[in-house]
Formats: sequence, structure tokens, C-alpha cells
Amino acid sequence: MIEVKELTKSYGPSYAPTVAVNKVSFQAHAGEVLGFLGPNGAGKTTTMRILTCYLSADSGSATVAGYDVFEESIEVRKRIGYLPESAPLYTDMGVLEYLNFMTQVRQLPKSERKERIRSVIDTCGLEAVIQKDIGELSKGYRQRLGLAQSLIHDPPILILDEPTSGLDPNQIIEIRNLIRDIGQEKLVLFSTHILSEVSATCSRVLIINNGAIVANGTPEELASQAKGEEVVHIAIRGPQEAVEARFDELDFVSQWTHVETTDDIVGYQINATQESNAAEALFHVVVQNGWSLTELRQESADLEDVFLNLTDKEQT
Amino acid sequence: MTNIAAIFKKEFRSYFNSPIAYIFITFFLGLSSWLFFRGFFIGNQAEMRGFFGLMPWIFLFFIPAVTMKLWAEEKKIGTIEILMTLPIRDYEVVLGKFFASFALLVVTILLSLVIPFSVMYFGDPDGGIILTGYIGLLLMGAAYLAIGLCTSTLTENQIIAFILGIFICFVLLIIGEDIVLFNTPDWLFPIFSYLGLGSHYSSILRGVLDSRDLIYYLSVIGFFLYLSTLGVESRR
Repeated sequence: MIEVKELTKSYGPSYAPTVAVNKVSFQAHAGEVLGFLGPNGAGKTTTMRILTCYLSADSGSATVAGYDVFEESIEVRKRIGYLPESAPLYTDMGVLEYLNFMTQVRQLPKSERKERIRSVIDTCGLEAVIQKDIGELSKGYRQRLGLAQSLIHDPPILILDEPTSGLDPNQIIEIRNLIRDIGQEKLVLFSTHILSEVSATCSRVLIINNGAIVANGTPEELASQAKGEEVVHIAIRGPQEAVEARFDELDFVSQWTHVETTDDIVGYQINATQESNAAEALFHVVVQNGWSLTELRQESADLEDVFLNLTDKEQT
Repeated sequence: MTNIAAIFKKEFRSYFNSPIAYIFITFFLGLSSWLFFRGFFIGNQAEMRGFFGLMPWIFLFFIPAVTMKLWAEEKKIGTIEILMTLPIRDYEVVLGKFFASFALLVVTILLSLVIPFSVMYFGDPDGGIILTGYIGLLLMGAAYLAIGLCTSTLTENQIIAFILGIFICFVLLIIGEDIVLFNTPDWLFPIFSYLGLGSHYSSILRGVLDSRDLIYYLSVIGFFLYLSTLGVESRR
């Protein structure tokens, strides 16, 4: 539904351009929730603005729902719901007045307008504020109204720029659930710089840095790509010196750090070589020595590692 | 067309949802009546030439104030990003906003009809001249609005849009005046005297509605509205 090829966009004077988006290519299909992940200023917003026909590109092509973004922009715009960063809304309008305005400029048939407004009010939980002016709304409600606005014409494609920024934890969870629900049948493309959001919401992740895509895959795929050591947290009830001496003898332990001691329980963080299956081996070691195990936790390499890896590398 | 109407309705209501329209109408009527009537009784003539003569100068400050927010505010708070990603063409938004500001001007001018009616009460003015005078007023006001709308597309700062609007209107207003023309090189003379907003206005005030003046005003309006769409597009 979205197909982007070699998209490039730079700002500023032609003798010293700042490249915001550099040869970005990707595809996305209905039923996907695609997360755009990257540090601030990576080019997420610019890419979204090009896809929504707000900005043009220097080179490359992009089609949305089969229409060319540059040649058939009106057709593209009809099929996209867009929530820009920080949900800019007309503060002097009432909530209902605003939604009604959106049904008009979205050219919904008169007979469907009421029904659509009702439906987005329900979906986005705006019932409590329909009588208010937008200027009086809290950040969370503005964000929801922004989302309602983007859903009003029931578009097949939804583009959301940092939809959860500035919200409290409860609101974030609500918006995420909403995005997941919508993503069942539509294509949702949303940007964020919060990592946990991606694994919680997305079916696929694009990591973008300095204007280029540096990774593309499901959150699990990306996590498994993360190379490095396995990290195991372990807490043992036993004599500290003996335990530490035993750790030194083990081949697969490349490094251990004493974390804490409470009463006679000692806690360690152990870095093990990758293929060792360290947690299981450590369990046997503890049993063989007659100590008892109070905690054993394996830390999996997660998206955060991928993210840090990829985005750091590019910067240096 | 329905798009233009939707934008028009939204912008027109927004004038009246905020204090802008009320402040504009009150101050405009207050100031223009005061300036007109303080000379009216001294002159002891039942005519409105003084009123129409004042208008280009009063409009100079009032009209850019009406248009300054139309684009600058959208840019400032970011709503332009939603607006310009709707399935609407740029010129439709420009026209919708222009007509909304024009409608506010029409409402204000209708309310100012109190002045000619009072003049009629005091004497017997030439109704034909008053009628063409009002048509001239609407045309000049619309030209100012187009200029103000255009400067508003250039910046996200309303003050800059306001001052720049006054400046361009002012330059266009005075280049047709005798004092300026007197010092103009010969080859520029016909251009300046044609382009001057003021000279066309004063010929309408004489009671003759010439098609050349009409075409002139419509061209100025069209030209600046076209520049506005370019200004909006420049974001890309």
C-alpha cells in the first residue's frame, strides 16, 4: 500500500544542503503496524510529511495506495489520515465544530457525517469533552481529538507522528491499544523515539538514522540480530568466596560482577559467551555445590541494543 | 466549490468566535465616524467625499490586521500541516480564506451605512456618488485584503505579516499620487500612475465606474491571490 523508493530530501541552501532523508526505500501493507524508530532529527517527520504530500522530495518516488505522491496528490490525501507531531488543532473551535469541519473538508456525504463523528468520538473516547472548546482540552484529549480527526474519513492508511509524546502512562497505553486495534485491518505508520513503544505496538520496525534506514524487520528479528554476550543475573545463598572462586573456574563466564549482598545471599551479574546456555549451566553449578538458588534471570538482547548499536555506529 | 465554502465558513466563524471581528467593527466604525463627522459639521456640506477620502488611510491599518492571522497563525501552531494534507487544492484554501475576510469587510461596511443615512438626514447628498463610492471602497478593501493575505503566507509571525502588509499597501497607494508622480522619471510615469491604488480609487469617487478601474482592481486582487498560493506552496 505504501511503496517508497530512493526517497531523498534536503533542506537549506543548495551550496550547503542538510540531507534530511537519504535514499529511503521501504514497503508496507494493510494490516501492518509499522514503527518508525529513530533519534530526534533522524528524518522520521520529513519522510511522513513527504508521504502525506505536505512536502515534496528532491528525488525518488513514493506511491500510496497505488497513487503517486507527487503526481496524484489529491487521491493520495483522500486515503490517508494524518496526525502531525503534537496534534496541532484550532484552539478557538469547539470539539464538535472541529470534527464537523473535518467531515466537510474530507467531503463526506452529508448523510454519513453524523454517524462518522459519533464513531470517532466513541473510538477515541471523546464523549466527556464534546461540549468543550479545543483550547480548554488537556494534552491527552487534544492528542485523542487529533487522532479522531485522522480517522474521520475511515482511511485505509494512517500516518501518526509521535502519537504518544507528552501523554501520561495511562493515556499512552490507551493510545497504543487503539493503534493496535486500528492496525488489524488498516496500515498504520507511526513514529516514535521510545523503544518500548515499538515492541509493544508494532508488527514491523524501521530504524532510521541520519536520514537513512539502518534496519527493517519485526521487533523479534531485530532483537535476534543483536550480537553480543548473554547476560545472566543470579542470586545464590552460599559462601561468597567459594562462589566467586567457582565462577573464575568456569569457561563460559567471561566476566562476573558482584552486584549486592543481602544477609547471606550474594547477587551477581554474569556475562557469558553466546552459545553457552549459561543459565542452565549455572543452575547445575549451584546444585552440585549444594548452594541454593534464589534468583536466576536471563537478560535477552533487546531492541534497545539494536537501536544503540545502529544509531551510534552511524554517528561516529 | 464545496471545499472553498467549507474553508470560508470555518474562517468566517472563527472571526466571530474570537474578539477579532467585534474589535475590528467597533473600532473601525468609531474611528471613521469620528474622523468624518468632526469635519462634516464645519464644512456644512451634505456630502461624503471626506468619508471616502479617509478610507484608504484607515484601511491601511485595519485591513492587514484582519488578514495577518490567516496563514501566519496556521504556520505558528502547525495546523497548516493538517490543512494542507487534506484533499483540497492550495488555491481553494486561499480563496476560502480570502472570501471569509472579504465577508467580514462587507459586514463592517454594511454597518457603516449609518453614516450616509445620517448625512441624508442632514441634507440631500448625491446618492449616485455615494453608491459608486461604496463600490470603490469594496474594491480597494478587497485589494488590500489580497495583499495582506499574501504577506501572511510569507511568515509565521503575525506582526511581520501586519507591517509588511501595511508597507505594500502603502507603496501601492501612494505611487499614483501627484506628489510622487511629480518626481517620477518620465518613463516610469505611466506605469506608476496606472499601478497606483489611490488614483483608481479617486476616479471611482468622482462617480464614474469605469471598466478600466474595475479591471485594475480585479487584476491586483488576482495577482496577490496568485502570489498567496505560491507563498503557501513555498513550504515544499
